[in-house]
Amino acid sequence: MSISLLYATAGALTCALALFAVAARRDLLGRILAVNVLTSGVFLVLLALARRGSAGGPDPVPQALVLTGIVVSVSGTAFALALARRARADEPSDEEDA
Amino acid sequence: MTAGGSLLAVWPVLVPLAGGALVFAAPSAPAVWIAGATALLAAAASALLGLAVARGGAFEHLAGGWPAPLGIRLLADGPAALLAGLHAAVLVVVLAHAALSFEPGERLRRFLGLALLLWAGLAAVALAGDLFNAYVGLELVTLAAVGLVAQAGEPRALAAAVRYLLAGLVGSMLYLLGVALFYGAAGVLDLPALRAGAGTGPPARAALAFLTAGLVVKTALVPAHFWLPAAHANAPAPASALLSALVIKASFGLLLRLWWGLDPALTAGAGASVLGALGIVAVGWGSLQALRARRLKMLVAHSTVAQIGYLFFAFPARGTAGEAEALAGTFYLVLSHACAKAAFFLGAGNVLSALGHDRLAGIAGIARRLPATTVAFGLAGASLAGLPPTGGFVAKWLLLQGSLGAGDWGRAAVIVLGGLLAGAYALRVVGPALAATEPATVRRVPLAHEVAPLTLALAALALGLVPGLAP
Repeated sequence: MSISLLYATAGALTCALALFAVAARRDLLGRILAVNVLTSGVFLVLLALARRGSAGGPDPVPQALVLTGIVVSVSGTAFALALARRARADEPSDEEDA
Repeated sequence: MTAGGSLLAVWPVLVPLAGGALVFAAPSAPAVWIAGATALLAAAASALLGLAVARGGAFEHLAGGWPAPLGIRLLADGPAALLAGLHAAVLVVVLAHAALSFEPGERLRRFLGLALLLWAGLAAVALAGDLFNAYVGLELVTLAAVGLVAQAGEPRALAAAVRYLLAGLVGSMLYLLGVALFYGAAGVLDLPALRAGAGTGPPARAALAFLTAGLVVKTALVPAHFWLPAAHANAPAPASALLSALVIKASFGLLLRLWWGLDPALTAGAGASVLGALGIVAVGWGSLQALRARRLKMLVAHSTVAQIGYLFFAFPARGTAGEAEALAGTFYLVLSHACAKAAFFLGAGNVLSALGHDRLAGIAGIARRLPATTVAFGLAGASLAGLPPTGGFVAKWLLLQGSLGAGDWGRAAVIVLGGLLAGAYALRVVGPALAATEPATVRRVPLAHEVAPLTLALAALALGLVPGLAP
């Protein structure tokens, strides 16, 4: 099994696990983290596609896609956490776990 | 494809983007004027783009001169120009309404800035020349839209906003996975090259499946609609108008362009039938929930879920005799639903201001205080139900012809029944509003606030009277 196939399989498994977690978890923080893991899985698949054999080095286009995706996912996660914190602050009775 | 006038494809994206940033950076007082000037400039840019496409045909623009796939390719064709025009028309009216109806201050500035950034994102998706630029545009739209839902800061809106954001991110990631698989299969990301190079094997099918799944989540087709009613109902009224009218259509337009731009052999198969079946379920479920809703904005939000179902009736018609009519009907529905739904939400905002709440139980007699708004409800409801001579009627008629052309009698029956259900839930609003009782209003709503919903409702009516709009 080549390295890129290993990465792609790992990425696919990560995506599947993360999608399950988004649906199955009840707590908001867990869902946000699951979305984050989902983005990591997708990026892993994209990176696996960046191999171009031994000639000329890796393909820069998927790497550019991953970089843009990372920026977007960081912004999205930050936004989600800020919203969750604000929503939590309005309902102090929900505060149980540290 | 001509190179002349190619910068015209960039202005509809850049002007609202710069304007939105300036609105947030400038002090409070000039911010409203900056927003107004930006809106007018952006509307002019969209109009010029439409004229250029109408006169010279489709054209593309490579930002910075960098060739694809490294550069940003903007494609201005008929559908893109039409969408840009729709965005401009609805956004100008909604922005004007917001400037009139919000108290001057931070809240107004936040709304105007976010709405302008949303405009930039919508233009980016409409004008995207390849799949990845569309992804970036979609993310901009999602972030701005979630901001619009959350900006009021009340608990229900915040909870709905988080759900919307998470659903939007999951949708984006599924979409990105599809983009990755397409790149792996074909090595390119723009649609004409993908049509040639992606083939019809399992990688291309999987890529299309993921892309479709991601866009379906973003367009809130049943069963991925769970985030929409709360988000659209709890946002401030002008924000809900933008969300239901324009944001939903961005991801849908992309999906349409994708399915019609790719190899027919790739899109043939069970997928189209599944989408059509989900559309039927959406019409039924959304209409049912709208009939049971207790709040006006919830009713309108559930109506959006139902109307989204109709949008997906074009997919099973692909490749059959009714395809052209089904596509034309879908375009008319995008335009008329945008106007009608925006009118409904702005009117609901007026009702909320006048009564202090939007419970349907208290809406009796509201026509005495909000006559123009009630007329807007009536016209918009007629368009949603598909009554002639509104734009909604033209859309439904074309969709019916498309279904009958494909031999799909079941779907035709659903279209007719759905119209009846839409009429029923529209009457839940208009009927009591016209009652002869005295409404329990707490605030007087100035006539200026009623202009915007009436204008949009008249636009939905006018769409039925203007021939030959579908590209």
